[in-house]
Amino acid sequence: MTASLNDPTIKMGDLVTAHPELVMILPRMGIALGFGDRSVADVCHRHGVDPDFFLLMCNVYCFAQYAPGREQILSTDMTCLVPYLRNSHDYYVHRQLPHIEHHLHRIAEHLPERVGMVLRRFFEVYRAEVLAHFGHEDNTVFRHIEALQTGQSDTTYCMSDFVKSHGNLEEKLGDLVQIIFKYLPESATGDDTVDVVYDILQLSTDLNRHSLVEEKVMVPYVMHLERSVK
Amino acid sequence: MKTRVLIIEPSEVIVEGLSSVLGEQTRFKVLPPLNDLAGLDERLVTSKPDVIVLNATLSASPQQLLADESIPVVALVYQYVEPLVLKRYDGVIDIRDSRGTIGETLMRVTQSFQPDNHKSGASYELSRRETDVLVQVARGLTNKEIADALNVSVHTVISHRKNIMHKTGIKSVAGLTVYAILNNLIDESALV
Repeated sequence: MTASLNDPTIKMGDLVTAHPELVMILPRMGIALGFGDRSVADVCHRHGVDPDFFLLMCNVYCFAQYAPGREQILSTDMTCLVPYLRNSHDYYVHRQLPHIEHHLHRIAEHLPERVGMVLRRFFEVYRAEVLAHFGHEDNTVFRHIEALQTGQSDTTYCMSDFVKSHGNLEEKLGDLVQIIFKYLPESATGDDTVDVVYDILQLSTDLNRHSLVEEKVMVPYVMHLERSVK
Repeated sequence: MKTRVLIIEPSEVIVEGLSSVLGEQTRFKVLPPLNDLAGLDERLVTSKPDVIVLNATLSASPQQLLADESIPVVALVYQYVEPLVLKRYDGVIDIRDSRGTIGETLMRVTQSFQPDNHKSGASYELSRRETDVLVQVARGLTNKEIADALNVSVHTVISHRKNIMHKTGIKSVAGLTVYAILNNLIDESALV
């Protein structure tokens, strides 16, 4: 049903041309642009990324319905998984959120003071939530995985805790878009409004795919590791 | 679309009377009645009522009968019932009410439960009751607290919240708070 990318012999340039959204995730795997005519497998090897892992990430990122099977996950080299997830967090925190905040502050300058204050405040609270969410994953979840990958049995945390508590970061972004679309005074419209909506939608999709990687790849992989280390 | 009414009432006389009163109004379709609560679960699935009219002596906590179904339950009253119990129902019909009043009560309750009544052309504007609920949500009250403050069932509060989300497109409490402040429904000092 779902189209999927599974041929490591095609040219990397062709792959990214067909799916330009992949340009977002290449840096997170340490893959630089300027591929020339090299194949996916070749480019991956040059940057120390397992081609199967690379294609797995591409599939989750391009096709929201994509669900890798257990066998596929267990046969893939997951060395790059945690670095990939950490790099994604860095990108959201250090690039995307400051971008959005910058635009929102400029929008707020054109609004009545109380409205501007409320908008900025909404975003501050949201950002604090995102930082807490990522902080927990960086310091607890990913360390747990790294410990398991080096053969240590780490008993203080387990993946079922993650499944129970993994929250949704897109909902409030959706609300922010609705507020900007429908409820800000007309005086607030301008380039910044368009830019910020574009950035928010982009971040929202990206966060959605990020959580799909965590739920469809990371969770089954780590649950298997937990069983085999015990 | 006719409103499908399920009557749950032990007295055949009352069932006949109420069915006849509702039956002559074209906006209602009276479903085959039940004389007690046994078999209700199955009926919810098979006949999909839009509203249930339940003899208030049969249940002191009507919404617990429905599991996850979002269907209003109206109390049918012809003897004394604890006001506290009646409060848990979404509306009350007294058999001494006029035919007009009975019809109005059922329509009002049913409409307040429809999550997507904008499809029938109703506006995206929040109703007065929805605005009341929104203000309480924005102040950080729980559904239970809101129900007590506005003197309605928790179920009614949940249904209003669904309508509010549907109309505004805003899902989070923080987002609804911004909406309430932008529309001057609450003061920004309400932000903690």
